[in-house]
Amino acid sequence: MLKDITLGQYFPIDSVLHRLDPRFKIINTMLFIIMLFSGNHYLTLVIGAVFVVMAQMLSKVPLKMSWKSLKPLLPVLVFTAVLNLVFIDTGNTLWEWRFLKITEGGINTSIFMICRIILLIVGSSLLTYTTSPILLTDAMESLMSPLKKINFPVHEMAMMMSIALRFIPTLLEETDKIMSAQKARGAMLDNGKLMERVKAMVPILVPLFVSAFRRAEELATAMECRCYRGGEGRTRLRQLKAAKRDYISLIICLLFLALTVTINIIFS
Amino acid sequence: MEKIIKAEHLVFRYPADTEENQKPAENPAVLKDVSLEIEKGSFTAVLGHNGSGKSTFAKHINAILLPESGKMFVDGLDTSDETLLFEIRQKAGMVFQNPDNQIVATIVEEDVAFAPENLGVPPDEIRQRVDDALKAVNMYEYRNHAPTQLSGGQKQRVAIAGVIAMQPECIILDEPTAMLDPQGRQEVMQTIRKLNREQGITVVLITHYMEEAALADRIVVIDDGTVILDDVPKKVFSQVDKMKELGLDVPQVTELAWELKKAGYPISTEIITEEECLQAIENLYHER
Repeated sequence: MLKDITLGQYFPIDSVLHRLDPRFKIINTMLFIIMLFSGNHYLTLVIGAVFVVMAQMLSKVPLKMSWKSLKPLLPVLVFTAVLNLVFIDTGNTLWEWRFLKITEGGINTSIFMICRIILLIVGSSLLTYTTSPILLTDAMESLMSPLKKINFPVHEMAMMMSIALRFIPTLLEETDKIMSAQKARGAMLDNGKLMERVKAMVPILVPLFVSAFRRAEELATAMECRCYRGGEGRTRLRQLKAAKRDYISLIICLLFLALTVTINIIFS
Repeated sequence: MEKIIKAEHLVFRYPADTEENQKPAENPAVLKDVSLEIEKGSFTAVLGHNGSGKSTFAKHINAILLPESGKMFVDGLDTSDETLLFEIRQKAGMVFQNPDNQIVATIVEEDVAFAPENLGVPPDEIRQRVDDALKAVNMYEYRNHAPTQLSGGQKQRVAIAGVIAMQPECIILDEPTAMLDPQGRQEVMQTIRKLNREQGITVVLITHYMEEAALADRIVVIDDGTVILDDVPKKVFSQVDKMKELGLDVPQVTELAWELKKAGYPISTEIITEEECLQAIENLYHER
């Protein structure tokens, strides 16, 4: 049952977007976010939508997947919409009841916000759909490498992330085993009141932690045996190399951003 | 023959963890004067029951543990010299019991590349080494798999490939088959033998499976921190009484021959394979 949890949301197919250098994908995603949040006119949202649709088509990721990433966030969307609707007090008042007041400005803002958030989620989840977690880690390490100058442990962070990714399935499997073992000893995990259920988790978490520490120690020894000594002087099997298409993607993103800024200036 | 591993009077005890343990009587040495030489290209099995010090000995070979007194040399390099640490670890690779706890990366080939990456090998050469190592353990077609998708035996072979990629002179395997099913055990043993024969890699196999030890050129039996027996498998296993006294088994066929001899049949007890046993019994049958 726990095995069904897939890590990240990588969708392993081959597309132009999948083949882009992950570093550029991260930068492009950031540019996209800036673009969405700097725009303050409906036209900028249209541009954002064009961008998302274009990226979605290039990624070949089915629309169903985007819906899947959107669905759990629906409550947040509704919440944002209601808040904006109720608390923004500009323009003509359309409806009023005690302290609640709905204005034209409120409706306007909440529609704008919802569109913006939907675009944000659909667009940025394409990053994780088209990039495997390892490549993402590699890209982060590479992008953050300038921080080494101020003694930020970039390599160590990346190593920790990749080891965590490596051990998630192992530990999930182990949790499953411990749960079965405790159930076999009569533990009630699936029923009872909330507090009872929380208490029932203790005999699962304790052995899990103990075993995780033991694994960590063994792994550390095994890594030392394979001459691990931190990031210094380390080479990589897979080199990240920027190709022509990566620069083209960056230019496209910059153009979209420029367009958004231009619209902002014209209509403000 | 050139000696790859040379242990001279090793003594080792684990650091005391409580006040009472400070006294030597409460914290006995795990290794008491172990001296051993292992020849280049040989296949040595180390036997001993739990707590005999065999794993502790293995950890001295690539300087995870340092002796309290005595010296350990790997290819002439003193393990107590810290400047030689990585050179020693590159020469003597180590494989542990649980494959899950020694695989670092989320993809097989990335994991095999881990050691050469640490050694600062150029990317093109890493590629070459990774491919060669995976082919040597017969896991090349799984290079893009996630370790979690593999069976125990396959994972352990990936772990072996990860060590081979350092191009070591010698590999030390600390009960590599203890957590595997019979099929996985066979796969791993075949791989180890192949590496020893075809690539001339010195193998030190720590095990408690007698059938595995029988495949070695030489068996060293460690008990209570000292070397008790050190000989070819036939000679070691023929001392059935002594082995039993040490809490160790002998291969089933050896035990059969020993029982037959006890029952008064003229049969040699230097039998370690099924074929030999069959032959000997057949001879007995014809003699009668």
